[in-house]
Amino acid sequence: MKPLLKVSGLTKHFPSKNHNFFGKREFVHAVDDVSFEIATGETLGLVGESGCGKSTTGRLITKLIPATSGNIEFSGQDITNMKLNEFRNLRPQIQMIFQDPYASLNPRHTVGTIIATPLKIHGKKYGIDVKKQVQELLEIVGLNPEHYNRYPHEFSGGQRQRIGIARALALKPKLIIADEPVSALDVSIQAQILNLLQSLQTEFNLSFIFIAHDLAVVRHFSKRVAVMYAGNIVEVSDHVNLYANPKHPYTKALMSAVPSADPDAVGARERIRLSGDIPSPISPPSGCRFRTRCWKTQDVCTTKPPLIQIGKSLVACHFPEA
Amino acid sequence: MIFKRKQKVVENLAEANENAIFNKETEGLSQGQIVFRRFVRHKAAMISVFVLFSLIMIVFTSSGVKIGPFTIPGWWQYKFDQLLDLRTEGCPPGVVGCPTLDMVPSFIDGTGMGLGMHPFGQDDIGHDYLSMVMRGAQRSIYVMVVIGFLGGSIGIVVGSISGYFRGWVDALLMRLTDFVITIPTIIIGSVVGYHFGNLGVGFLAFYLGIFAWTGLSRLVRGEFLKLREMEFVDAARVAGASNRRIIFKHILPNAVGIIIVSITLLMSGAILLETALSYLGFGVVAPDVSLGSLISQFQDSFTIRPWLFWWPGLFIITIALSINFIGDGLRDAFDPRQRRRLGKKEKAASRDQAKIAAASN
Repeated sequence: MKPLLKVSGLTKHFPSKNHNFFGKREFVHAVDDVSFEIATGETLGLVGESGCGKSTTGRLITKLIPATSGNIEFSGQDITNMKLNEFRNLRPQIQMIFQDPYASLNPRHTVGTIIATPLKIHGKKYGIDVKKQVQELLEIVGLNPEHYNRYPHEFSGGQRQRIGIARALALKPKLIIADEPVSALDVSIQAQILNLLQSLQTEFNLSFIFIAHDLAVVRHFSKRVAVMYAGNIVEVSDHVNLYANPKHPYTKALMSAVPSADPDAVGARERIRLSGDIPSPISPPSGCRFRTRCWKTQDVCTTKPPLIQIGKSLVACHFPEA
Repeated sequence: MIFKRKQKVVENLAEANENAIFNKETEGLSQGQIVFRRFVRHKAAMISVFVLFSLIMIVFTSSGVKIGPFTIPGWWQYKFDQLLDLRTEGCPPGVVGCPTLDMVPSFIDGTGMGLGMHPFGQDDIGHDYLSMVMRGAQRSIYVMVVIGFLGGSIGIVVGSISGYFRGWVDALLMRLTDFVITIPTIIIGSVVGYHFGNLGVGFLAFYLGIFAWTGLSRLVRGEFLKLREMEFVDAARVAGASNRRIIFKHILPNAVGIIIVSITLLMSGAILLETALSYLGFGVVAPDVSLGSLISQFQDSFTIRPWLFWWPGLFIITIALSINFIGDGLRDAFDPRQRRRLGKKEKAASRDQAKIAAASN
C-alpha cells in the first residue's frame, strides 16, 4: 500500500547567532537525515528526550518552518519546496494539535471563532453552514455545543485541549500531528484525551504522528514507535516489540528508565545509567550520534550506521542488541 | 465538620450560578457587542465619555462658525481677540479684570448666582478670558486629536510591520525609529518657528505627529515579537491563514491593550508638547491662544490673579483625565479575561439559590 506520508532524508539546520573561530556561521543540527513512512489510519509515535528534534520534525511536516534539505511526500506529492500558496490546497489535510492548551487558543476569540477559523479560510467554496458545523465538532470532541460563545479562559486544561482537537478536525484532515498533546494535562485528563483521539482515529480513519516524551503514553497510543536521539532516528519498531526487546543501545537505556508499576519487581529490569550529556547540537559527533555515551563504542562507530531491518525492528546501530 | 462541608457545597453551587449569569449575558452576542456592553458598564469611562463630549460641544459652539455666506452665531458674546474695557468694580484693591462668575446662591451672600460680564475674568489688556479659554481649548483639542491619530497610526504600522516580518525590514525600520528619536523635536521646532514665523496650528499638529510615534512603535514591535511566537499564531498558520489575517485577527487584537494605553498617554502628553512649542514661538502664537500658551503666559499671575491660571489648567486636567479613563475602559472592554463584579443583589440571589439547591439534595 502506498504510504500517506513519506519523509526521506529530512534535515533542518537552524542558523545560530554565534560564529565560530574562523568567522563561519554555526548551525544547530536540530533534525538530521530523518526518514519514515506513515500509512493511512496509522499512528507513528515519536519519542526521545528534550531537544532531540521531535517537535521540529512535526513543524517541518506542517511547513511551519522550511526544511534545509530532504523530501516530504504527502499522498504522492512532493511538498518540501512547494510554495506556500500552492500548499494552501493541501493544508486542510495536514493539521496539528499543540502542546500547551493555554497558549494554543487565542484568548480574544470565542470558541466558535477559534474552531470556525479554518472553516472560514478553506470552507468558503463548499458553502458550509459554519455555525452548525462548529457545534457538531464540539459535540464530537465531547463539549457542550452551547459553549459556542464562551472564551477559552472559561475552560479547564482538558476542555481547552478538546477545543484544539476540534479545530484540528474541522477541515477533515488525513494526517494529524499531535505535538505532545497530553504532556500539559493531569494524568486522569490525559487518559480521557487519549481515548478521545483513539476513537476519532477509528471514526475518521486518521493518521497520527504522535510526539511525546512519556513512554507509557506512546505505548498506549501508537502501534509503531520511532525513537529519536540528537536529531536522528535510531530505531523504529512496533510498540510491543520495542518495549519488550529494544535493539538499539539508546532505546535499551531509555526503556530501562521507565518506572515499574510493581515495586517488588525491582531489579527485574536493570537500570542503565548513561554517563555524559547529550552531544551539542551545534557540533554533533560524526557517525553514530550516540557513540559518545554508548558502552559498546568501537572505531567503526565513527561511520554513520544505516537504518536496517533486524528482526521486527529498523535499527541504526553497528552493534545492535540481540 | 458536616457544617463545613455543607458550606463548601453551597459555595460551589453559588459559583456555578454566578458563572451561569455571566454566560447568559454573553449568549448569542457578537464580539463587537460584547466589547460594547463591557465598555458601557465601565462607570469611569462612561462618565468620561459624557464629560468629554459635553466639553467638546460647549467649547466648539462658543464661537460662531462661518460656512460660506451663512454665519452660525456662537453662544458667547465676545471674540477671543476683542479688546474690551478693563473692569475694576467689585475687585479687590490693586486687581483688575477679576471674574464675575458667582457660584454662591443668593440665600448665603445675597448677590445671587450668575455668569456676569466676564465669568472667567479678563487678561491684562482687557480680552475676555472665557472666550480665550474656549478658543484655547479648541486649539488644544484639535492638536491633540491630530497627534493621537497621526502618531498612533504611524506607530502601529511601523511597529507591527517590523515586529511581524523581522529580518532586514525590522532592522531598517528600527534604525529609522532610532534616528527619529535622536531628532530634538523642540529645538528644530523653535528654529523652524523662528525662520518661517507662525505656520498655524495645523502645521504644528502635523509636525508633532510625525515625531510622536517612536515610543508607540517600539512597544508595538515588542508585543508583536512576543505574540508571533505564540502557539495560537502557529495554529492559525497551520489552518492556512494569510499574513494579513494573522496580523489583524490574531496579533493586533491581543496588542490592543498596550496600544490604547500608550495612545491615550500620547494624547495627554501632546498638550504639554504643544505648550512648549507655543512658548518658543512655533505653532500657536499670540493673538491666537491655546490652553498651553495661556498657562505659560499667565504663570506669573498665579499669586495675585490665580483664575488666569486655574481655568485653562482645569480644562487641561479634565480633557487629559477623561481620555485616560476612556482608554482604560476600552482596554478592559477588549480583554475577555475581565469580568465585571456582581452586584450585592445578584450575589445574594445566587447564594440563596445555592442554599435552596443544597438543602433539597
